[in-house]
Amino acid sequence: MILEDLYQELILDHYKNPRNMGTIDHPDVHKHVKNPFCGDEIDLDIKIDRENQQIEEIRFKGEGCSISQASASMLTELLRGKSLHEAHDLIEIFKKMVKGEATPEEEEKLGDLQAFKGVSKFPVRVKCATLVWNTVNSGLKEIDQAEK
Amino acid sequence: MSLSNRTETDKVTGAAVCNEPEIDWKALRADFPILSRKMNGHPLTYLDNAATTQKPQVVIDAIKEYFETYNANIHRGAYKLSEQATYAYEEAHRKTAQFIHAPGIENIIFTRNCTEAINLVAYSYGRSQLKTGDHILLSQMEHHSNLVPWQLLAEEKNLILDFLPILPDGNLDLAQLPHLLSGRTKLVSVTHASNVLGSINPVREIIRQAHNAGAVVLLDGAQSVPHFPVDVQDLDCDFMAFSGHKMLAPTGSGALYGKQELLEKMPPFLAGGDMISDVTFQRSTWHNLPWKFEAGTPAIAEGIGFGAAIDYLNRIGMENIWRHEQHLTEYAMKQLTEWPDVKIYGPKGNRTGVISFAIDDIHPHDIATFLDQYGVAIRAGHHCAQPLMKLLKVVATARASFYFYNSNEDIDRFIDALDKTRKFFKK
Repeated sequence: MILEDLYQELILDHYKNPRNMGTIDHPDVHKHVKNPFCGDEIDLDIKIDRENQQIEEIRFKGEGCSISQASASMLTELLRGKSLHEAHDLIEIFKKMVKGEATPEEEEKLGDLQAFKGVSKFPVRVKCATLVWNTVNSGLKEIDQAEK
Repeated sequence: MSLSNRTETDKVTGAAVCNEPEIDWKALRADFPILSRKMNGHPLTYLDNAATTQKPQVVIDAIKEYFETYNANIHRGAYKLSEQATYAYEEAHRKTAQFIHAPGIENIIFTRNCTEAINLVAYSYGRSQLKTGDHILLSQMEHHSNLVPWQLLAEEKNLILDFLPILPDGNLDLAQLPHLLSGRTKLVSVTHASNVLGSINPVREIIRQAHNAGAVVLLDGAQSVPHFPVDVQDLDCDFMAFSGHKMLAPTGSGALYGKQELLEKMPPFLAGGDMISDVTFQRSTWHNLPWKFEAGTPAIAEGIGFGAAIDYLNRIGMENIWRHEQHLTEYAMKQLTEWPDVKIYGPKGNRTGVISFAIDDIHPHDIATFLDQYGVAIRAGHHCAQPLMKLLKVVATARASFYFYNSNEDIDRFIDALDKTRKFFKK
């Protein structure tokens, strides 16, 4: 059934038991974002390993629907330890996938996050899934610009 | 529509209802083409009527007929076609006036929606009549459209906004009213019925006390006028704003009622064609009411559709509509209150068919997505009432809202889909 495409076990599990929830002391990036249409909120902290240009730690706090919160939880698991360059690619792939525009090879790179593929059948929920990804994206861009 | 006279007992109260026209509510659904459509393989169960209602064939036909047979601009063409259009558009004002028992067409200004009607009062009345330091009294359950226009006005004119609080049961705390009505309160603007809680506010008492304190009163009738009989002269409100599209009329239709002496002293809201009497390069004088407030070519087709919607509602009768909606609401509440994990916001009695609810551990958006797969359309979100959401300590609620064309079967499908949602997320 189509509902099970959206609400996969993995998504429900991360919704009920979110990973990497909390804050980071002295983060390199702190972002707060709110979706004014639905009231979903996410606070995101990122610590960067400057030497290796990697995401050292990433944590979130939030309130919202299963899709937005599970997406945040699974994003933190995927991006921790990734280089800034890789993170950028993964963000783009995820955003393409939930709109049904990613290739199977690209989707492979997302691992467990492929659970969100079903979102593409629910256009109104795309913004729930991408809220945290857009937030990370703008956070990483700030770092980029600060270093230039 | 099928109407017949016979004696019956009221299904909810059990009381004998004598000589009431018995309405075949099921047959009446056939008047709404959209209700026969399927949604995700299920019959469409439309329960977002507080947002906008569906349109009966007669309204669709009225718009079509205008465009096909007498489309012309109003109030200017010296030809038959324009006369016909003008007559139909003015007639719609007359019908609207009668519908809310206003004295006449001078009291009815057509707007795009309820929001525009409230903005009209804020800009025209507010800007010209309120002075620095004056207070405006609102309530804590207002829709953003009855809050943000006053915030803008308050900022511009240095006014103070006060708020009548709500009680935990979802009703307004009327005991606070005398303390909040200071001598400096010049305008009170409250909703007649809440779009979130379903509460029906004691507006008669609010109006009485406000008038004694020297304030004028605007009622937001968006959730009242479509659902039960409203008599603006009996209530003695100074202004009443409402939307046509929430009562079967097309989007782009709404109205403002105002007492004539107030409308007379208010400057125009928008300026341009059709609202003037005499124009020179330096100054102009204004057209008669209500046209003074309807600048430019109005939404003629939408206005005519509004008139057709009112004719349709009158044929059923607002008393009948109200009784039927009360029945639907009680039927839904009975089932919803049986589940311990479902919380219902708003009063238990004296309420409209707007039911906001939450289910433990299931986000309202997930509920709405799930229900949609079963063809059930409900609203999830803050319902344009973010301050109220903060008071309720939620970011969003799910909301089902009924209109007279909904049936017990609609509610059964809603309850059934809701039960599936509960079970799915709690497995």
